[in-house]
Amino acid sequence: MDESLSMAALNVGESGYVTQLTAQPAMERRLRDLGLVRGTRVTCLFKSPAGDPCAYLIRGALIALRRADASGVRLERAAPMAL
Amino acid sequence: MSREAPCIALVGNPNVGKSTLFNALTGLRQHTGNWAGKTVATAQGRFTHGGVEYRLTDLPGVYSLTAKSPEEKVAWDYIASGQADGVVVVCDATCLERNLILALQVLELTGKVLVCVNLMDEAQRLGLQVDLEGLSRRLGAPVVGVSAGRQQGLEELKDAMARLAGPEEEKAGEPRTPEERARLAERYAAQTVRSRRQDALRRQRKLDRVLASRLTGIPLVLLLLGVVLWLTVAGANLPSRLLSQGFDRLGGVLALWLAGAPAWLSSLLVDGVWRVTAWVVSVMLPPMAIFFPLFTLLEDLGYLPRVAFLMDHAFQKARACGKQALTMAMSLGCNACGVTGCRIIDSPRERLIATLTASLMPCNGKFPTLIALITIFFVGSRGGLTGSLLGAALLLGALLLGAAATLACSRLLSATVLKGTPSSFTLELPPFRKPRIGQVVVRSLLDRTVFVLGRALAVAAPAGLAIWLLANVEAGGASLLDWCTGFLDPFARLFGLDGVILMAFLLGWPANEIVIPVMLMAYLSTGTLVEYGDLAALGELLAGQGWTGLTAVCVTLFALFHWPCSTTCLTIRRETGSWRWTALAVVLPTALGFGLCFLVANVGRLLGL
Repeated sequence: MDESLSMAALNVGESGYVTQLTAQPAMERRLRDLGLVRGTRVTCLFKSPAGDPCAYLIRGALIALRRADASGVRLERAAPMAL
Repeated sequence: MSREAPCIALVGNPNVGKSTLFNALTGLRQHTGNWAGKTVATAQGRFTHGGVEYRLTDLPGVYSLTAKSPEEKVAWDYIASGQADGVVVVCDATCLERNLILALQVLELTGKVLVCVNLMDEAQRLGLQVDLEGLSRRLGAPVVGVSAGRQQGLEELKDAMARLAGPEEEKAGEPRTPEERARLAERYAAQTVRSRRQDALRRQRKLDRVLASRLTGIPLVLLLLGVVLWLTVAGANLPSRLLSQGFDRLGGVLALWLAGAPAWLSSLLVDGVWRVTAWVVSVMLPPMAIFFPLFTLLEDLGYLPRVAFLMDHAFQKARACGKQALTMAMSLGCNACGVTGCRIIDSPRERLIATLTASLMPCNGKFPTLIALITIFFVGSRGGLTGSLLGAALLLGALLLGAAATLACSRLLSATVLKGTPSSFTLELPPFRKPRIGQVVVRSLLDRTVFVLGRALAVAAPAGLAIWLLANVEAGGASLLDWCTGFLDPFARLFGLDGVILMAFLLGWPANEIVIPVMLMAYLSTGTLVEYGDLAALGELLAGQGWTGLTAVCVTLFALFHWPCSTTCLTIRRETGSWRWTALAVVLPTALGFGLCFLVANVGRLLGL
């Protein structure tokens, strides 16, 4: 599967590998500090009642991001992870 | 010895247990909790090992050292300036990969690095095994595993710290790009962390799916908060009564003992100082001693970030930061703590919003007032389970009203003086940890009890003295108190209050706890004394002073929303560095309180209530 999608478009249980970061500089830096660089695997674990924010598994840590911030991260779809 | 003690700095990601480790090493009592950003300032302490004294600095938690946020700047300055004889990078064993990114970055800045892998016990519980030797070999730095919460591995850590502070020079590593660091951390973690049991991790996920999910998340927040409040209301009853009876008896002894003294002196000490102090201690200590440990248990479990996660959408709509839910939770304990806690919010605009609205959440000092009013006027004679459940539900309603006001005022500020769009932020949801029940209960009880008793003596006693003087010093045929309350009365009546009530809130500026006792003293300045523990008698007394159900609603609303206490005001001034923002922080809740009271009082009167 070679499909490009934004991190905000991940459904619960779906994963992807980061291909590109296009957030504002401050957010880009913050995401990079969390280890979100190209090639990093991201999994959407669950969503809040309103569907925004969502909780993502990033390098073993559970990080919540708002949709507006997650949409700046482009992913390449990955095979779902056994949870 | 003339040479200064060697200095060692603790650095690490937020919420890796740095403060717990700091406390375990130095014996100090920094507040700890299972969420990111708990330590907002650096703490200093000392410990002795092998006859040598070491200075220990607990730096704020950071994800990197790019010196962009205030915390990062503090940490970067400290490490880059070479002030420390050694740096201990504290890592979370349950999330080693992410933590190693920072460790690698610190190793690029200085060679004097020790990596301390904390939370080994939690990792074991989650079925994770860390190869410390392998990690040390790969990083080229010593690695020690500890479980700071259980005091395990501390001796070994101190040995390693002593070696670290030694004279040998170590060279810093070559600088790397963020991508290189992340990849290296990924490789090292893959090579040194073995996951033995998937079931524990799966259990964490399952718990999250229940506690933070669409369907059950919000009902569970309300249920948990409701249970905590119910335990507080139901459990505080008996100890309050016992304490009040005990104080009454002691007061009698004190009166006998003062029998030889002039009547005015005995009255001043017993009816003034003693009674107000006794009320504050007996009515406010039990709810606090129950609420705080319970709340701390939820905090220790890692529940608060989940609440922030659930509430974020509402804050997004209010154009504020989702982390404001965390500062609101801190405000529930103490508004001044909530204000200081606003430092976890990066955007200055959103930080100001959180600061200005901090006092809209009722702090623990307001609980006794709220509980007393609710019990007397809205629960009444319904005793037992029904009564305490109703009381808890109403108290929960008061808290929700505070939360709603926080959101509404945040939105209002975003639309007026603090215009802007929400900035980006990340919220870390830490693994659930088993709360250390014994430790939490003992610490929050002991620390809080001492604090409350100290404040009760510091504030309630002089307030009792002041009100006694006001009630007993006469000018022009009436007491000073009558003059003051008479002056305030016409104004207060507009809002469904009376002069005495408003006077009590004004005198309660140093501490909200004393509002009701001051009110009672003022009402009783000519009448008879009632036993403080007896709420039914209190109700009769207030009804005799012209209180109706409507008065009680207005007083409850005003107790929820009025000027922040003096400590909170000073804290806001310190945090914002501006008297103007401080003034707005006073005006906002005050205007809201007067506005709501005016509305309720006049609608109520129109309806003939």
